[in-house]
Amino acid sequence: MNLPFLPNHDESSFFDFISKQYPGLTLGGNGVGGFPGTQDSSRGGGPLRVPHATTVLAIKYQQGVVIAGDRRATEGFQIADRRIEKVFKIDEYSAMAIAGAAGPCIEMAKLFQTELEHYEKLEGMSLSCEGKANKLGQMVKANLPMVFQGLVVMPLYVGYDLKRGEGRIFKYDITGGRYEESDYHAIGSGGKDARNTMREHFQRQLPEAEALKLALMSLYNAADDDVGTGGPDLVRGIYPTAKLVNSQGITDVPNDKIRAVYDVLMADRRSKET
Amino acid sequence: MPMPYYVSPEQMMQDKAEYAKKGIAKGRSSIAMEYADGVLFTADNPSASLHKISEVYDCIAFAGAGKYSEFENLRKAGIRHADLKGFMYSREDVTARSLANGYSQSLGTIFSQEMKPLEVEILVVQVGLNSHGNEIYRISFDGSIIDEKTVAVIGGRSEAVLAAMKDKVTGPPPTLKAALGFCVSALEQTANQKLNPEGLEVAVLERARTGRKFRRLTPSEVHQLLTV
Repeated sequence: MNLPFLPNHDESSFFDFISKQYPGLTLGGNGVGGFPGTQDSSRGGGPLRVPHATTVLAIKYQQGVVIAGDRRATEGFQIADRRIEKVFKIDEYSAMAIAGAAGPCIEMAKLFQTELEHYEKLEGMSLSCEGKANKLGQMVKANLPMVFQGLVVMPLYVGYDLKRGEGRIFKYDITGGRYEESDYHAIGSGGKDARNTMREHFQRQLPEAEALKLALMSLYNAADDDVGTGGPDLVRGIYPTAKLVNSQGITDVPNDKIRAVYDVLMADRRSKET
Repeated sequence: MPMPYYVSPEQMMQDKAEYAKKGIAKGRSSIAMEYADGVLFTADNPSASLHKISEVYDCIAFAGAGKYSEFENLRKAGIRHADLKGFMYSREDVTARSLANGYSQSLGTIFSQEMKPLEVEILVVQVGLNSHGNEIYRISFDGSIIDEKTVAVIGGRSEAVLAAMKDKVTGPPPTLKAALGFCVSALEQTANQKLNPEGLEVAVLERARTGRKFRRLTPSEVHQLLTV
């Protein structure tokens, strides 16, 4: 018997549920399914012009992981948004940062949030850290058709593994491949620049303040070399955002604290110029 | 070919209702009761892992009585409905009223069309925020839906439990400690035995919590509330 309220479905995954029952709601669902690809000459041949989000990174430190991202979204050579938020709290012990087409990225974060909460409520317990990372990989994989249309979604997942008592970092490729990073990682257009900085300054077991400083410096350097990454905006008071993932859960680093780190960093840079 | 016996619709409904009632009467009771800071759920449930009370959404909880497999299915369907709605629209658009209506529709259809009715009775409760009142809906096996005030009881001997509580629920909502005391003593009175904290499933929808309001109370918390 198929009642509207009781669809015949008995899995604990929200993503699978809407994929089967409401495909229009999923990433790359039939909403733009029939869309001509980037090769279509009638559309000018260029990739879709949608806002893109850029550099995000994660660094392990003594108690867990710090995850941070800049605030700029670009649309070609235009700035689409100066205050976009790219680091999301997903549940009590996981956070995710995104790079790629802003719309689908934010949608994936929301879907992933719902997915984990849904599982927890149905099963009466949370997924393991590994399980969450795998599930996100499947969602990235499901987005593959959209990648060919120019809508890449690239997440960086950070979770605190309660069983192991440590923070973990996972990166992905567009096919849903999942790779664990042991120390740090950065993705997005300025990801390489940020990684270069982290490579030079990273140490195992950094204290919290040092790790935060390194994260913010890496973003600053990435913004220095990459047009798609936004540095601190002193006029408007917009600074990159960061979150700490540790055994206490997810904590936002307050804006004032980030600003203080940048004040010191920029004073230091200024002194070198004179 | 033999003709099937004629059974009048009245007779059929009556038989089904009797069957469902018998099934529900076998189970133990669950209580939902308003207290000063939210809604308290107390169930006589010896199992620590097979829950009768569960979270559905931010402000909404579910309690079931009767056949476990059947109300468990309903619970899951409710969570799917709520999460879908919250994902499609917004978290504040998920309401107990729409959920209760959905349950009522489904139970009603199954009761009238299926051979075997569901042997369940469920509660859908929403804690009210920003000076809105709490909402407590009791839905029976036949899909009938009742909007309860202050206290609702489901499961076997629910009338006896309700009678034992009747005189205690007048006046302003009690504290959590007092409310839990009322519920446990009413359950003990009808079960004619002492219930220890391990044999109770207790949860609250706490108005003051941020985000998800549902919280289970551990046996040691229950013990503390009942003794100190």
